[in-house]
Amino acid sequence: MYHKEKSIQIKNSASALYNNLSVLRIAPRRLTHFTVVHANMVNMVSASWDGLNYTHRQLQSKEPNVATSTSLIMQAAFCVLPSRDLLVVTSQKGIQMYESDGSIMVYWHALDTPETPTAQAVFARGIAAVYENYICVGVSSGAILVFDVPSKGSNITLSEVLEEHKESITDMASECSGSQECIANLVTADDGGNLCVWKSGEEFQLLNKIPGFDMSCSSVKLWKGTVVAGYGTGQIRLYEAVTGILHAEINAHARWIYSVDIAPFSGLLLSAAEDSLVRVWHMTITPETNSVEVVHLHNECVTDTQICGAKFCDGDGYAFAVTGYDLSEIIRYIQS
Amino acid sequence: MSMRTLPLVFINLGGEMLYILDQRLRAHNTSEDNSEKGVWSENDRKRVMNDIVGTMFSKAFMDELLKPQQLYSHRTMKTVLTRLAHASIMRLNPASMDRLYELMVMAFKYQVFLCLRPKDLLLISYNHMDTIREFVKDTPMVVNQVDETHRKIIEAYSSLSEGELQLLRQTLLIFFQDMHVRVSLFLKNQIQNPNGRFALMTSGPVPHGTDVPGLIRIFDCRGREVRRREFPSGGSYTSSIREGSFELHGNRVIRLGMNMYTVDHPEETHTSRAPSVKTDGSPNPLAKEELNLLARLMGSMKTENKPKDESGFRINLFNTDEEEEEAGASASAEESLYGVINIQAMQDEQAALELARIAGQFAEEKEEKPEKPSNNKGEELLAMMDDL
Repeated sequence: MYHKEKSIQIKNSASALYNNLSVLRIAPRRLTHFTVVHANMVNMVSASWDGLNYTHRQLQSKEPNVATSTSLIMQAAFCVLPSRDLLVVTSQKGIQMYESDGSIMVYWHALDTPETPTAQAVFARGIAAVYENYICVGVSSGAILVFDVPSKGSNITLSEVLEEHKESITDMASECSGSQECIANLVTADDGGNLCVWKSGEEFQLLNKIPGFDMSCSSVKLWKGTVVAGYGTGQIRLYEAVTGILHAEINAHARWIYSVDIAPFSGLLLSAAEDSLVRVWHMTITPETNSVEVVHLHNECVTDTQICGAKFCDGDGYAFAVTGYDLSEIIRYIQS
Repeated sequence: MSMRTLPLVFINLGGEMLYILDQRLRAHNTSEDNSEKGVWSENDRKRVMNDIVGTMFSKAFMDELLKPQQLYSHRTMKTVLTRLAHASIMRLNPASMDRLYELMVMAFKYQVFLCLRPKDLLLISYNHMDTIREFVKDTPMVVNQVDETHRKIIEAYSSLSEGELQLLRQTLLIFFQDMHVRVSLFLKNQIQNPNGRFALMTSGPVPHGTDVPGLIRIFDCRGREVRRREFPSGGSYTSSIREGSFELHGNRVIRLGMNMYTVDHPEETHTSRAPSVKTDGSPNPLAKEELNLLARLMGSMKTENKPKDESGFRINLFNTDEEEEEAGASASAEESLYGVINIQAMQDEQAALELARIAGQFAEEKEEKPEKPSNNKGEELLAMMDDL
């Protein structure tokens, strides 16, 4: 169904972090940006669609105008809003937002770090762009910071802090089907596997809380009102977001899942784990009849590699890209 | 990232160091080197073990490690582990320590990479502690220290969730990132490939708490299963085995962290760099925080006064001739690929000078925070070295 294409070399190897690959497709310029985190820096490579041009850039997590040592980065993700695209980078020290080509930093938010270190680690992790002009970022305390993003410029403000989770945020996702009819448009996940479902607005509204079973949910997506969650046990679960009804449970992987992704136009689902396997599934969700179907389509094994990032490169799922711990390349697969 | 990595790092790296030293000391009971006293008796070996274990598991040292703090650079780790090794009558020159350190780190990297689930990190640590206890079993006082530390570790880590332990594991994986030193024993057992990467099987038991992959279940609105379907997992997995014990004593079940080295095959501890790996020779300026940690850890290590007339025990850990051949064939001028770990006993003053020199290097390097000169801390550290 898929075959391997030429890999893209990156300047450093990928670190073992959840969701360690972000992809932004820029159709008008016929190129795609990829970001991969290595310790305290973000490797960005922009690949032209004809396969002839690769531009590299490296971003470090640094407070502006302060010459302290850089901190470790937890995640980098592109946020697509109606008026602009931004690259958000979260670390132990704070949250940075860049223009999507990584050229200029437009915003810095420092996390509250205690004077003497506490046993509880401090970091930001979990990034999502939410309708209509919000960017949400999770924090190790369980709090979710909601930033209001203007259509231009750097006047980004912290609009709200949502305090519902009690454990560190792992990942979050906004409704990706493009449908305006969905009531819920954000799902957030934490280290205990708990999921919160929200409706965005001037004040975010909590619609539902789906309890975890003390097993970390490391990657989450929301599509057609269905939450798709990947867990440390290797399971994938599909929940109806607003009601919390469990529609499907897949014993998908033999190790911790690090990434799930959805191609919204086709309903393809991608899952990747430390077991070195990437799997492609197909979901059929009919909200009107409340029916969900999941079918397995394809496996790819990245030999001897614990995969840490896997993303579709386009909305149909025609191609996907994969990163692995200690690997200095982005491996790509294309439909045959 | 995690603030709780240090105790596990030292127990596991220190444990690997002790496994290697134990193997070498047992293997060498002939005087093939040029030392005056070439023979390591059973008592000598036990004494070395007691000295190192006693220092490593001392209350002061462990309490420092248990404070929440970041995991620092390899340089700091290596310095402290060198000092630990020197708590005995053995001495290691810098090149030997480099080789020994590579070996320790690759062994621990293998264990962290391959453990089935993050909680197994604790079982790996307990495996190390169990074997360490065996090394010093004839000295009740040191056994007590190990037991006390073990209790503190259980207390500190038992309450961590799987998610927090995975964060700890991820922090360790960043620490090990890009290290692909090849180890003869690993290559021989095919757990490592010739390119230095570890082999990851798509077979074997799944972790405790995970189901064998291959099943899709669909439910209706009332929670009843309406359909189940299987899919090819692309591997041959089996159900999880029973869980190991997290108590002070017990069967840990997993084998990661147990002593892999045997007395009869000293060549197993040979290491070599994969040709493409470049050594990082650039000095890494230690941030103020790291220097503070170093000072605290060094200060918390007690040393005994050794009688002046006790002359040196020098021992080559590896077969010199073979290593020199290997080194000659493949080494580039800058890299030291020598496999020889020379353990020498230097006079105490020399040892103190050596350590002072290392500490001096840290003090001289530029710090990233320009407002406070590093000299103060460096001088304090030097003074501490002289007192030891």
